[in-house]
Amino acid sequence: MELIYSLAIGILCACGVWLLLRPRTFQVILGLALLSYATNLFIFAMGRLTLDRPPLIDPNVLPDASMFDDPIPQALVLTAIVIGFATTALFLVMLIASRGFTGTDHVDGVEKDE
Amino acid sequence: MSTLLRHLPVLPIVLPLVSGALLLFLPQSRTVLRAAIALLSTLGQVAIAAYLLYRLIDPQPGLLEHGVEVYVLGGWVAPYGIVLVVDRLSALMLALNAAIALPVHVYSLAHWDRVGVHYHSMLQFLLMGLNGAFLTGDLFNLFVFFEILLSASYGLLLHGSNAARVKAGLHYVAVNLAGSLIFLIGVALIYGVAGTLNMADLGVQWAAMAPEHRSLFEAGVAILGIAFLIKAGIWPLNFWLPKTYTAASPPVAAMFAIMTKVGVYALLRMGSLLSVPEAPAPFAGPWLFYGTVATMWFGIIGMLAARQLTRLVAFSVIASSGTLLAVIALGVTSATAPVLLYLIASVPAGTAFFLIAGMTERLRANSVTEDTRAPQPTTYTAFMAGEPHEVGDNEYDEVGVAIPAALAFLGMAFVSCTILTTGLPPLVGFMAKFSMISALLGAAMDQSSLDAWLLIVSLLAAGFAGLIALTKRGMRSFWSTGAKTPRLRFIEAMPVAFLILLCVTMTIAAGPVMSYLDAAAQWLHEPSAYIHAVLPTREVSQ
Repeated sequence: MELIYSLAIGILCACGVWLLLRPRTFQVILGLALLSYATNLFIFAMGRLTLDRPPLIDPNVLPDASMFDDPIPQALVLTAIVIGFATTALFLVMLIASRGFTGTDHVDGVEKDE
Repeated sequence: MSTLLRHLPVLPIVLPLVSGALLLFLPQSRTVLRAAIALLSTLGQVAIAAYLLYRLIDPQPGLLEHGVEVYVLGGWVAPYGIVLVVDRLSALMLALNAAIALPVHVYSLAHWDRVGVHYHSMLQFLLMGLNGAFLTGDLFNLFVFFEILLSASYGLLLHGSNAARVKAGLHYVAVNLAGSLIFLIGVALIYGVAGTLNMADLGVQWAAMAPEHRSLFEAGVAILGIAFLIKAGIWPLNFWLPKTYTAASPPVAAMFAIMTKVGVYALLRMGSLLSVPEAPAPFAGPWLFYGTVATMWFGIIGMLAARQLTRLVAFSVIASSGTLLAVIALGVTSATAPVLLYLIASVPAGTAFFLIAGMTERLRANSVTEDTRAPQPTTYTAFMAGEPHEVGDNEYDEVGVAIPAALAFLGMAFVSCTILTTGLPPLVGFMAKFSMISALLGAAMDQSSLDAWLLIVSLLAAGFAGLIALTKRGMRSFWSTGAKTPRLRFIEAMPVAFLILLCVTMTIAAGPVMSYLDAAAQWLHEPSAYIHAVLPTREVSQ
């Protein structure tokens, strides 16, 4: 599981960085989205990967740390998703505004010579 | 009363949040009411920050009795809950923030607050994010406040949107979104190793960390440090900065002058808490030192090359960030207080410069910069907020009391700011530079360290280059033939005068200011007191 998980993060991150460095605004925004997926998965992994362990404490079971998952990374991921979503939406608006102002979707606002 | 006072540390966050949110619900047409609410909120923040400073200077039983106050949000004690911590450094930053927010706010009332929508709300949210970043004692909470201030800054940068602002904004947002992701990766790694995100607790964990965990923790902290360095504008992570600051409208650029210092503050705070036994790479040592010296030279070359006043000031902001961090990186203990003095001298000067630039650009009407200045109120149609208020071609021909000798005022203000920025006598900038160089000379003599000499040379070069570039710029602005006298409104001139008077006051009251800063510096060098205040039950290993 660890191998597949880390490979997924790595591939997402690599694709994200590549797209982020591309000259078109739409590619940049997709790159940022992929990078944020990679980051969120990474935060999640930092709480250790476990199976069948709820992040909630059952009152009928004696408290034993090894039976429960760490809830903090899940809360962090949730916050990061919300913030990332909002900023990506804002970036999308700027992308369209830039297209409207400059008439091109190049990140510098001008087409390089063909 | 005393129970109310206990809640004072959270007010710099709650006040702008509530007023900013309230302003969203008021229609755009209620200009006066909106401006009044926003101004009241800013004044309230000035009052709170001033009161906190007063309590720290003159300790009384109760709030801030021992120079630190920990506000436990929701009653969840650290390290499980989020805490806000007021100490000398954070109170100083709060006061600095409020002291530049007020003049910027008043300045923007002249007409800039009406060239787009929701200016006041965004400014309040920016202040909330800045105040929160200075107050918080939790790493993830710091991330959240960074995001708040960045989101507000995206909106403010686009305020009065035109092609240049959207283009610069696109780069600014992309860089900062990537920076936020780097921040998150760093936070996640740190949590994965230390199991806590409370800054004081991190200090405890770091001091007692097993050797096999150290390298991973250091990697996490290094990634986090890169995120802070992007905010602080350290070379080579700062290519977005001059363009962004030049494109922003004058009051927004003036407010942005403190934003690079948030990165500096975060580095200083984390570096202080992790300094036992030794601070990891991005918070001290050769990496930070050479990077920041390179930043200073980047700023110097940029200042000499800049043809536009705003661009010149943007490069001087970069140079001042580099100076601050270079002196911190060198680790000369006696230089910390002078660095803080430099911080509180350079930020108001930078702010005043951006405001002056907004006014002097008018001298060169119809010049090449016309395109970057004229706001196009397209956002009005986007937000369906009705017609804009007399903006467009005649934005500068507003009816107002023209100050006689406006040119003389602008010239005087320009000269004062030049003196402040370049560190010439007699103003506070000189005292800051002089005491920094004096402390560095001591270190250079004692340890015969080449680095200290390098830093002294860079400091002097930065001052000299700034002087050349600003004098050249000033002559072109004020002595050139055909410059017609601009019409200044009183509320535009007053903020600049306020900022300069603030620096003059700091010069006159240098004794008390320095003793406060000495206490703040000593506090930074002994993080155990901070840790003990946040975690009273935890044993602190020295």
